[in-house]
Amino acid sequence: MCLAIPARIVKLEDDRAIVDAMGNQFNAKTTLLPNVKLGDLVLIHAGFAISMIDEDEARKTWQLIEEIDEFNDTQNKVSG
Amino acid sequence: MSQKEHDKILLAHGGGGQLSDQLIRKHILPRFANNTLAELTDSAKLNLDSKSICFTTDSYVVKPLFFPGGDIGKLAVCGTINDLAVSGAKPVAISVALIIEEGLSFDVLDKILDSIAATAAQSNVAIVTGDTKTVETGAADQIFINTSGIGVRLDGVELGFGNIKAGDKILINGSIGDHGMTIMSLRQDIGFQSQLKSDCAAIADLTCKLLTETKGIKFMRDPTRGGLAATLNEIAQQTSFDIRINDARIPINPTVQAAADALGFDVLNIANEGKFVSVVATEIADDCVKICQRHPLGQQAAIIGEVVETNDAPVVETTTRIGGRRIIQMPYGRELPRIC
Amino acid sequence: MLRRIRQAQLLMDAACEIAGRPINIMEVCGTHTVSIFRNGIRGTLPKSMKLLSGPGCPVCVTHQGYIDTVLELADRNDCLIATYGDMIRVPGKGGSLETRKSAGNIKIVLSSEDALQLARDNPSKTVVFVAVGFETTTPATAVVVKQAAKEGINNFCILSNHKLVVPAMQALLSDKNNKIDAFLCPGHVSVIIGYGAFKPITEQYCKPCVVAGFEPMQIIEGLAEICRQIIEGKPEAKTLYTAVVTEKGNLIAQNIISECFEPMDGYWRGLGKIPKSTLQLREKFGKFDAFKRFGVTEKPENDTTGCRCGEVLCGLIDPPKCELFGNVCEPQTPVGPCMVSSEGACAAWFKYGRRKKQNG
Repeated sequence: MCLAIPARIVKLEDDRAIVDAMGNQFNAKTTLLPNVKLGDLVLIHAGFAISMIDEDEARKTWQLIEEIDEFNDTQNKVSG
Repeated sequence: MSQKEHDKILLAHGGGGQLSDQLIRKHILPRFANNTLAELTDSAKLNLDSKSICFTTDSYVVKPLFFPGGDIGKLAVCGTINDLAVSGAKPVAISVALIIEEGLSFDVLDKILDSIAATAAQSNVAIVTGDTKTVETGAADQIFINTSGIGVRLDGVELGFGNIKAGDKILINGSIGDHGMTIMSLRQDIGFQSQLKSDCAAIADLTCKLLTETKGIKFMRDPTRGGLAATLNEIAQQTSFDIRINDARIPINPTVQAAADALGFDVLNIANEGKFVSVVATEIADDCVKICQRHPLGQQAAIIGEVVETNDAPVVETTTRIGGRRIIQMPYGRELPRIC
Repeated sequence: MLRRIRQAQLLMDAACEIAGRPINIMEVCGTHTVSIFRNGIRGTLPKSMKLLSGPGCPVCVTHQGYIDTVLELADRNDCLIATYGDMIRVPGKGGSLETRKSAGNIKIVLSSEDALQLARDNPSKTVVFVAVGFETTTPATAVVVKQAAKEGINNFCILSNHKLVVPAMQALLSDKNNKIDAFLCPGHVSVIIGYGAFKPITEQYCKPCVVAGFEPMQIIEGLAEICRQIIEGKPEAKTLYTAVVTEKGNLIAQNIISECFEPMDGYWRGLGKIPKSTLQLREKFGKFDAFKRFGVTEKPENDTTGCRCGEVLCGLIDPPKCELFGNVCEPQTPVGPCMVSSEGACAAWFKYGRRKKQNG
């Protein structure tokens, strides 16, 4: 269960934040992550930041997604 | 006798009397200026060179009235132009009927009228007739618009499900989900700030180009409500062929995808207002893509799949990014945001 | 990427061969169910590996009695119902929130914060927040309950149906007929409870519990890790979703849950009563408890529709085996919650699986 998206904190005041996900900005509460800072990458679920995201680990996932996309682009070029 | 200028719509503006006259002569006629309309007869008299006419109608209730990339006026004109365009016709004339809630400000109305006029003019479509009604506060949500349109079918063009054959390719002129996600981002209850922009546009110029410069376009449809998923399912149902597409080939703006992910929506089910799906013969598929890509409304055009023979109940199936397969169902008709 | 998929497949093949029988892995997360279908992952697995869709969708496991209670409150003139979109189409006896004529007082919210704001903005009405979800979502409810207490927002209350995942997993395994060899554990619940929460299961039942993310490769590698553990005979609780899941989880979130809620026995659709598996507000926050405030209880369930969601949720049958599937029960006209919820096994199966011509 549980849709959660990665987003970056672009505004923070007490536990009220604005987070950015690929250009979409949502309100979020950081009550469950009191140590977050501006610029942190966090996981957002139902309007709350529930976890910091380890960017090195996340990068591995994104790299994999990029690899898949590149693979598919190559396949597209080959099959036309 | 000089008449009092009102700053907002009153019921009397729809009453057929002095205020109606004022509304038409001061606000509508100057913006929609053309000889046919200026006669203000009960019907527009049109002289058309052809007996192959297309006729369509659509109503528009979008909220909010103004959004990045357009407004209800632009939408109302583009929607009807596009329905004619994908029927293989060159749009010629449209009607505009307004149902206006008492209390709507003339500022807002004039902006909408300006937009209608500009959009129609850009596509060389004349607004030849229309109607205005006013209703009490609460009986309509600010303004509802209906447009109907007439177009002349291009020579030798006969689009239809019956033309479609196994092996034909599926073409789309650009990214999906932009309009629907933009509107969603502006909703009172679940809205969010974004750089999203509606793709609202009149595609007739591009479709006419395609239809006159190539031979072998079988079918076209604009994937509005229900999105790409609905259109592809309609094709499968009506032709009894499978439609096989490839996730990796569908153009999607990453911001649109992220917004859809955040709300739990499927981009395939989201409305588009400046796109068309076309089924084309394999031999002309590459040419069609090239023609689109040279046009401002087709720069992300792509072949996303093909038509396939089947003995089973026809389905729309896609190949996923990791080489798996899944079926794309006809959408329910209302996307609900979810957290699970 | 292909190499990694191939490696994963080799591990899975080896595990199935060693086991000498089909391996059944239960995924206990509706978002995993959806991702598995959306990416067509089943088609990449060996034939003898079976993915069972477990009770991982909070909407699906919602007792019909709870829905009927929500509908009863929705009929009141003095109530505003605030709900996540997931619950809108779930059918109760008298329809759903969607079909309710009193739809004017039903508001979809994206966050519990929005529900609390609704209460601030509508002082003459009582806002009832339909609080469903597993541990990922519960902290969000707890935060606003505390905030309501702090600000004295007395026209706010919650109808809690928050559930706990581990008791459900234990209940499934304690059934002697279960066929579960391992669990693919929920990624985002684990963010909150930590993967360590699954250790009691690996220790008591010797079943691998692997937490995976939601991208298709993450799921495939999660399944491969399970197979590796089976081959080596060393079941353990582990996470591959290291970007966000730690052993201990989010302690602040856990603390706020236990500050506001206490576990009690609760009814799960299809699974019956599971001990200490549902959360109710503690006495301290009793005035925000809609059950107490309105004197309502979950109505007793008496399902005569023939719906087999329960068996689907336990992984005992695949959705197509239910007589209602694809006939009376379809996404447009759902009978049970597994078809309503976009994460429900039946909906996913219907949406993404293949159908043959009836007379083909």
